[in-house]
Amino acid sequence: MSHILHLVNKSPTERNGFDTCLRMAKPGDSVLMIEDGVYAALANADFAKTIIGSMNDLSFYALGPDITARGLNDVPLIEDVHVVDYEGFVDLVTETDVTQSWL
Amino acid sequence: MAYECNGTTVEADEEGYLTDISLWNPELAALIAVGENIEMGDDHWEVVNFLRDYYEEYQIAPAVRVLTKVIKKTLGADKGNSKYLYELFPYGPAKQACKIAGLPKPTGCI
Amino acid sequence: MEEWEEEGPEIVKKFLYVNRRAPYGTIYALECLEVALITAAFDQEESLIFMDDGVFQLKKNQDSSDIGMKNFSKTYRALDDYDVERIYVEKESLEARGLTADDLIIPVEVLSSEELREIIDKQDVVISS
Repeated sequence: MSHILHLVNKSPTERNGFDTCLRMAKPGDSVLMIEDGVYAALANADFAKTIIGSMNDLSFYALGPDITARGLNDVPLIEDVHVVDYEGFVDLVTETDVTQSWL
Repeated sequence: MAYECNGTTVEADEEGYLTDISLWNPELAALIAVGENIEMGDDHWEVVNFLRDYYEEYQIAPAVRVLTKVIKKTLGADKGNSKYLYELFPYGPAKQACKIAGLPKPTGCI
Repeated sequence: MEEWEEEGPEIVKKFLYVNRRAPYGTIYALECLEVALITAAFDQEESLIFMDDGVFQLKKNQDSSDIGMKNFSKTYRALDDYDVERIYVEKESLEARGLTADDLIIPVEVLSSEELREIIDKQDVVISS
């Protein structure tokens, strides 16, 4: 079975791409939040429980520059959402077999 | 269009506003001012520097009414009025001074 | 110079801008802010509402230098110079995102959906983004 990297670039409170991604991702896959997708990493937001509920099956990452741009460095983010830089983004792409974007 | 300044070419839009505001320098400002028929004196520089500081802080070139108001607040009523600013920049303080300051056309100018 | 610049406009309408999008993923937030500033420059009576993901526009400490976009969150602080003083944020939207008024870059009035509905009801023009 291939290891898929799921890219989500939409806010979970604006579009349903995040929900669909979590429904379709299989255990062992990775999810990288980019652009407005990083809002899903907010620990105190309602959506956090959805992410935390998938923590056992999926690995979560969020792109640092997008977090910084949106001013989210000074609010709590969900523990175990790993913040990566652009190099880390590339590493994730090369470490996985397939990349799927939930646009 | 473009400006030739100290041997380098700096791109501008068709109205003469710089397309990359980071390429601004005082020599270039003086050159843009020549094209506007303005001889830069201390009073002109004061307004141009004020606009650059405002842009740095708010990421915006203020509309003329706002510029007048904030200059009045910081530099006093003898400078924060239309007459004074139009004497310095006859074709409009916001438009001409912004162009010389290397900033985009003010938000709120049609 | 136009005469109204000294005398004020002849017609003043109540403009309301309803901001519901996050700042950088789409162009809506920036475009709406620019339109709001343009009408404010014409001395219109203006209100801004931030709700849903629109509350993220006002999140403080934004630094967009690493994504190659202008940090226009600073521009919301110029609204005061444009005499735009009616700035409302929906309480429910803030809470759903784990934010409070202290997380925002400018002072705002936090109102419930019900209170906002009354404000929307009083407008001449409503512009949504």
